[in-house]
Amino acid sequence: MTAQDDFADLRDLYQEVILDHGRRPRHGKRLAAFDATAKGDNPMCGDRVQVFVRYDPDGTIAETGFEARGCAISVASADLMAETVAGRSTSDARALFEAFRELARTGACPDCGNAALAEPLERLQPLSGVHEYPSRVKCATLPWHALIAALDGAKETSSE
Amino acid sequence: MDTITTFPNLDVARIRADFPILSQTVRGKKLVFLDSAASAQKPRAVIEAMRAAMETQYANVHRGLHWMSERTTDAYEAARDAAAGLMNADREEIVFTRNSTEAINLVAHSYGRGVMRPGQAVVISAMEHHSNIVPWQMLRDERGIELRVAPVTDAGELDMAAFEALLADGKVGLVAITHMSNVLGTYTPAERIVRAAHAAGAKVLLDGSQAIVHRRVDVRALDCDFYAWTGHKLYGPTGIGVLYARRELLEAMPPFLGGGDMISSVTYERSTWAAVPHKFEAGTPAILEGIGLKAAIDYVRAIGYPAIAAHEQALTDHALARLSPIQGVRILGRAQDRGGVISFTLDGAHAHDVATLLDRQGIAVRAGHHCAEPLMRRFGVDSTARASFGVYTTPEEIDALADTLARVRAFFA
Repeated sequence: MTAQDDFADLRDLYQEVILDHGRRPRHGKRLAAFDATAKGDNPMCGDRVQVFVRYDPDGTIAETGFEARGCAISVASADLMAETVAGRSTSDARALFEAFRELARTGACPDCGNAALAEPLERLQPLSGVHEYPSRVKCATLPWHALIAALDGAKETSSE
Repeated sequence: MDTITTFPNLDVARIRADFPILSQTVRGKKLVFLDSAASAQKPRAVIEAMRAAMETQYANVHRGLHWMSERTTDAYEAARDAAAGLMNADREEIVFTRNSTEAINLVAHSYGRGVMRPGQAVVISAMEHHSNIVPWQMLRDERGIELRVAPVTDAGELDMAAFEALLADGKVGLVAITHMSNVLGTYTPAERIVRAAHAAGAKVLLDGSQAIVHRRVDVRALDCDFYAWTGHKLYGPTGIGVLYARRELLEAMPPFLGGGDMISSVTYERSTWAAVPHKFEAGTPAILEGIGLKAAIDYVRAIGYPAIAAHEQALTDHALARLSPIQGVRILGRAQDRGGVISFTLDGAHAHDVATLLDRQGIAVRAGHHCAEPLMRRFGVDSTARASFGVYTTPEEIDALADTLARVRAFFA
């Protein structure tokens, strides 16, 4: 029996894509040049993340990077967030956040019928397992709160 | 108080039978509860005492001239006698609060603001819980009282030379230090701290939230001036804590909260205060919780601190021996004198992920900063997992933790 099978009932929470992005985030860095940044802080557990955003001249999100200290869930969520918001308008990113927050809280995806969001939500789907772990939902949403705060021009935020 | 018998040896199986919750299963697994330092489970004696009070003799205390109120007052005040007996204090020196945090805030308010003077200093240590940091910061910012922090060594012990140096200028009015760290498990050398502080003219508050669960606390032998602890960590209910303070200090201190039960007389022009300790207990107290606390104290004394301390020392030694060899496990602190609280990190896995995987096996540990962020920074970590032991903890439960940790590491490798 492998170690992974050992915790088979946790595979819904720790899917391979989460373990992978948690271990080796592709966007886990401060951007050399950025237009907006904000910090997210979960004072209950000590998780912290800072998100950096660079815009294209037309105002779409060109690139997002982050510096995080936190669990596999929060790092993977920040990394998948960076992947899914790149190239999107800020209003699309906000809509994606609303849909993702619902997905993390309930495991359901009410906006998956929304053609514009279907593809990114599918990529975020592996994080939906957190809805069964109420204490971990904030781990998944913290980077998004920081992103929205950056888009709003705020300096700091906390999850909920 | 000393009619309570002591078991010759601690019979864990018999003790576990006293705690109904320990037979519960969690996520289909046998509960392995290793989070007693956050809050301990309750023996049937505590549960029954509170239930019986509600069913057979309950009314408000200290005011009713009827039978129910008199009986309830007797039961509630018996808790004060029990707490006094537990600590070798006089009953007038026992103030009931909501918890340790409120007890420390009471001292910060009534002694810090009422007796200390601007220009004086408070010394804390680098291994305090936030509850023994923040009240002193508030006092500092409001009253111009300096806050000094005595460092801890890499081993997780109080740096006594540095501590004594902080006392040298004679400005320190109060030393407020934990008696046992909730993160490192370190016992601080309370007698030495008190001697050094008194020689420098400072009073001493010990935060005994953890220590009194594991060791006999004798405030006369310690010679401390204040001692704070909380009922729910000592197998009692939430909502009741204890502040011991020397009677002459309580007499000199102004009240904390105003209201009913703490007055001698009230007119619109002025009020006068009740005698100590009631001067510090405004409003209807935690009556049922007091009754539960007495049952918890009686329970602990029946087992006896020598047996409790020996059991927990054996558990701690076993845990250190089992956890240390696991590859990737790093235990914070290695104090010579330490008790059943062990904080650790696991390479490649964040403490929250460790706790979630352990939870899936029915093993409850705490993960996070343990309300001790400055101490986390001191040891260069963001968070740790923490296993802590109680009178009902078994070596087999520690084995389950160790075996599962090895698998957790493989999961995240």
